Amino acid sequence: MVAVAVVIAGAVWLFGNTLDNLANRGIASGFSFLKSTAGFGISTSLIDFSEASSIGRAFWVGLLNTLLVSAISVVLATILGFAIGIARFSKNWLLGRVATVYVETLRNIPLLLQIFFWYFAVLRALPGPRQSYDLAGWFFLNNRGFYIPKLEIIDGGGWVLLGAVVMAFLAFWQCRHKGISRSCAGLAVLLFISLLAVGSVSVPALTGFNFTGGTVLSPELVALVIALSSYTAAFIAEIVRAGVQSVPRGQIEAADALSLPDKDRMRFVVIPQALRVIVPLLTNQYLNLTKNSSLAAAIAFPDLVSVFAGTVLNITGQAIEIIGITMAVYLTISLTIAFSMNIFNRTTAMRGLSS
Amino acid sequence: MQILRYLVPFLGVALFGTASSAGTLDTIKEKGWLTCGVSQGLPGFSAPDSKGSWVGIDADFCRAVAAVALGSPDKVKFRPLSTKEAFTALQFGEIHILSRNVTWTQTRDSALGVNFAGILYYDGQGFMVRRKLGVKSARELDGAAVCVNSGSTTELNLSDYFRTHGMKYTPVVFEKSDEVLSAYRAGRCDVFSTDQSGLYAQRLKLPKAKDHLILPEIISKEPLGPAVRQGDDKWFNIVRWTLFALVGAEELGITKSNIEALTQKTSNPAIRRFVGTEGKAGANLGLDPEWAVRAIKAVGNYGELFEKHLGKDSRLKISRDLNRLWNKGGLHYAPPIR
Repeated sequence: MVAVAVVIAGAVWLFGNTLDNLANRGIASGFSFLKSTAGFGISTSLIDFSEASSIGRAFWVGLLNTLLVSAISVVLATILGFAIGIARFSKNWLLGRVATVYVETLRNIPLLLQIFFWYFAVLRALPGPRQSYDLAGWFFLNNRGFYIPKLEIIDGGGWVLLGAVVMAFLAFWQCRHKGISRSCAGLAVLLFISLLAVGSVSVPALTGFNFTGGTVLSPELVALVIALSSYTAAFIAEIVRAGVQSVPRGQIEAADALSLPDKDRMRFVVIPQALRVIVPLLTNQYLNLTKNSSLAAAIAFPDLVSVFAGTVLNITGQAIEIIGITMAVYLTISLTIAFSMNIFNRTTAMRGLSS
Repeated sequence: MQILRYLVPFLGVALFGTASSAGTLDTIKEKGWLTCGVSQGLPGFSAPDSKGSWVGIDADFCRAVAAVALGSPDKVKFRPLSTKEAFTALQFGEIHILSRNVTWTQTRDSALGVNFAGILYYDGQGFMVRRKLGVKSARELDGAAVCVNSGSTTELNLSDYFRTHGMKYTPVVFEKSDEVLSAYRAGRCDVFSTDQSGLYAQRLKLPKAKDHLILPEIISKEPLGPAVRQGDDKWFNIVRWTLFALVGAEELGITKSNIEALTQKTSNPAIRRFVGTEGKAGANLGLDPEWAVRAIKAVGNYGELFEKHLGKDSRLKISRDLNRLWNKGGLHYAPPIR
């Protein structure tokens, strides 16, 4: 109790002292800046944002972009990492070597360099907007990004669409179990009609400098996702390899004795046991990936660090508050990931061994 | 806990009270050098040359201050800083002067705990585009992707300009100016926007400078000047009057080459006060009478500095326009030494 009180008192004291010193140096403090007008633009945003929005909203834009890029990269890194980790056991000599070279190359080059490599490699390889690669007149690829058609939904149409998606899910479920039936086809038609009713498709078209309409995956986002997921995949591959190797040889021999096919031996015997080793280590990689996403600032992807700890910090100059908030956000994200992975870990851990 | 709540702030004030307020002049005299925050490489303003020494008008300004305060222009250590780091470094005393093509704005002056000592260069934000786009005016930039540097006034001016004229744009915001340029080169953006002097400087780094056009529009006021930490008026005065000495010398016709002769024999009272043979300008600043002479001997007057780093003797070839003296149609005006 005494120790806790001392720590709390120390923290409160530091906080008060900092505020005093800031005031004495004539530096503004407090959080009121979050309500003031942003006045700057952001290229990629998942929510509505304009120059007239508040700085608080710019914070959310940055946070959502960080979560977006982390979530996509975590999924891709996991898939790629498992594939490469397992490929290292391949009896195919070439496949095994390629996987080894991949792991040794990618995990030994600094991530920032890889991000720059992908960004400028991607940018330089692509033509300008007026010479875009045209895929069927619907998709366009150029050095401003990958332009894809967008489904635009009228106001309030979201609920209709949500209902339609639920019905579509039911339809697919029906189809899987009973084959094509009348009800299944009916639901599919219903979904199609509701889409027509509430949505329209906006196709990108070249106007002036660039394409308008549709939606765009920016080269920054693409480069960042490629770099983060391919880099982390190299580490995940090693974790998967360690996990698989930790499965006692007897288990594999037992599977062979039951004459399980290779595929099933991996799927039902090796992987479930390997997961016990893999999952806790995987958590670390997910945490690293999320934290590494802050390197986005180097290639102009508007993540939390770039927008909030970059532009906003420059505009307001309130370094202590902004860095404090940013650190708290990353801490929260990391603890949330760790917490959910721990829950997942409990489901894979061996009964009786975990506490 | 109740007691702690009252006790703690009291202890805070009691123990650490105010920020250390030892004068900057005493600190640097003790150290033997001053630390000058510069850009991360902007030709003409502050950029390392092939031998690794910093050249440019901003770098030379720090040398002038070192000559004034410490007696030698070589007693400077340069610290390259991004815009984002610059003010924090100054606030907490890591650098003694920020001479880094930063814009003097109300927020920076009043809320960041810094003071701007004056204006070294009158700039304004402009646009650079590829010639082959056929754009002749900034009003034709609707829908363009614009590469800019993060954390400067640039982002805000840009958004104001496009909003005012009802145009749309995509900002592509980088932390370092080299990356802005690389992205522009790679074709990520149609437009490169920064202070116009910066555009001239960055254009030199492009392989075919002639293929790029700097548009005529200036969309903002960017007064660039040195800044010091708030709360040390003595140091503030020294930095501010070093700047005035450079401008004043040009007005009085004092140059690097003739100052030695003028110190020996001149009857012009304004020049005599400048070189310290009359009056007590040096003493008022807490310095010796020769303070201004050393500044001019070190770097020359403002006009010489400008032509050497930015004007006709440099690769940038920027015309002086607003940066002429007040009596030649420009804005530079130094209060009298008396």
